Amino acid sequence: MITLVRIELFKIFKKWRTYIGFIAIGLLVPLIQIAFMLEGDRSINFMTRNLQQSFLFVGNLLNGYFISYFILGSLAIHIPFLVTLVAGDLLAGEATAGTYRILITRPVSRFELATSKLIAGMIYTVMLILWLALISLGLGLSLFGTGELIVLGGGQIIIFPQNDIWWRFLLAYLYAALSMGVVATLAYFFSSLVENAIGPIITTMAIIIVFFIITAIQIDIFDALEPYLFTSYIMQWRLFFGDPLETGEILKSVGILVLHIVVLYSFTLLIFRRKDILS
Amino acid sequence: MEKIIEVNNLSKQFKDVKAVNNLDLNVYKGDVFGFLGPNGAGKSTTIRMLLSLINPDEGSISIFGKSLKENRKEILRRTGAIVEKPDFYGYLSAYKNLEILGRLSGTGVTRSRIMEMLELVGLHKRYKSKVKTFSHGMKQRLGIAQALLHDPELVILDEPTTGLDPQGMKEIRDLILYLSREKKKTIFLSSHILHEVEIVAARMIIINKGSAQVEGNVSDLLNANNLKVTIEVNDVARTRVLLNESSWSGKVDTFTESGVIINLHPEETAPLNRYLNENGIDVSALIPARSLEEFFLSITEKESR
Repeated sequence: MITLVRIELFKIFKKWRTYIGFIAIGLLVPLIQIAFMLEGDRSINFMTRNLQQSFLFVGNLLNGYFISYFILGSLAIHIPFLVTLVAGDLLAGEATAGTYRILITRPVSRFELATSKLIAGMIYTVMLILWLALISLGLGLSLFGTGELIVLGGGQIIIFPQNDIWWRFLLAYLYAALSMGVVATLAYFFSSLVENAIGPIITTMAIIIVFFIITAIQIDIFDALEPYLFTSYIMQWRLFFGDPLETGEILKSVGILVLHIVVLYSFTLLIFRRKDILS
Repeated sequence: MEKIIEVNNLSKQFKDVKAVNNLDLNVYKGDVFGFLGPNGAGKSTTIRMLLSLINPDEGSISIFGKSLKENRKEILRRTGAIVEKPDFYGYLSAYKNLEILGRLSGTGVTRSRIMEMLELVGLHKRYKSKVKTFSHGMKQRLGIAQALLHDPELVILDEPTTGLDPQGMKEIRDLILYLSREKKKTIFLSSHILHEVEIVAARMIIINKGSAQVEGNVSDLLNANNLKVTIEVNDVARTRVLLNESSWSGKVDTFTESGVIINLHPEETAPLNRYLNENGIDVSALIPARSLEEFFLSITEKESR
């Protein structure tokens, strides 16, 4: 299995499309940071406008932690797209290229093939999030320096001291990787159904956008659906920046995301094992 | 004789098309087995089922005396194949493609083995080139290399000469003969060209519309003793009377507008010609055709119409 995963990773990182995600993050994050350099103070003032009459804010609030927290908020739309670019191609790409034939005629089970491909896709996803963490925290801290992290949420403002930030970011990024893992598994599932990678990418993104719209519209029927949509849990990394920490809610969200991965992978396996290779 | 492939009542249907219909076939150890049929006859579907790319609807497949369903991995470890057109990872070099496939074969394929295979198919000088820069013929040869990479006992070749120039075709045929005679491989060769099978195969089966039409030794099936001779004459009516009254009557296949089609042994051609001449019939043409060849052509023509 390790050999298979290594082969799949080798194939993934030999394709230029793999680097689109890294390049996009490498451009987008500095762009956001430059924007903050130019207009960041105004954003901080806007966030704290109601509190400025009662409190005096001192210190470097527009720091690397704050910028990284803000950038992680962009996770919802553009990172899923970058994940699907690769995950949607994992199986469908073999069909498009006609390489299923040389792959499946080797003494490797379809279970091993499907599993190694998903693991490789997950590793790519984790690497993408790691890259996001590295560039937003690394560049953010070097450009904006350190300081306390100011977070708005649930109608309250929380200020975390520097020694209480790193572990929160670590867990938040891990959670983000898990939520993007669901996106990868969804794209992978669609990838097993078709013979062209465009289909899984478009379908996965369409589902994410529709689910986000349902989540955003405040109608009773949509509110009732919300707990069943995986997109409702993508932004739950914010729970790691709560005080006190809502452990129960975090575990529930992690459990739901893991369940999504298991169910989607099981369906993919079921389809892939029975699939007639006609390409 | 040890059976390497044994297929019984194999069937596969795609929507309303029966691609393979109750097919039986046996391939013995050391055979070069020709699997012949026109395009769309069900050859590739059968091969895909032999390699577990497609699941059969009915029937059983045993390879090396073991059920394919239950011993897939072990069977594939001992089998090499080309299925239809040769597709590879175009963004990787020929060497890297073979290295990956060698690792997947799980038989410890070494660098020297990869280079040996590339040399065998004449691609050793291009081993660093990306496959996307290869011509169809080069990919076809790389296909042969990947099929032989792990030194399999059984080699399944699905139309391996398609798209090759005459020289390339000859090289592949020579390679098949070399693998059979020198390396003692069992070869299952699919083709839609009778002549190709005739050159390299010892036994063959002709399939059409998913069903077996003829099976046996190539030499027996293509025996020159089974000639179908078209004879063109100046007087068809008198020829009909003459032949019907003679001992030749049992050999007549059909009378045509210009003569007669008759089943003959090669040594009977001259006596019949003499008989007709002596009875005042002028023979303007005498065209022999092997009955199997004609049968195969008739299938192919029907398909192309």
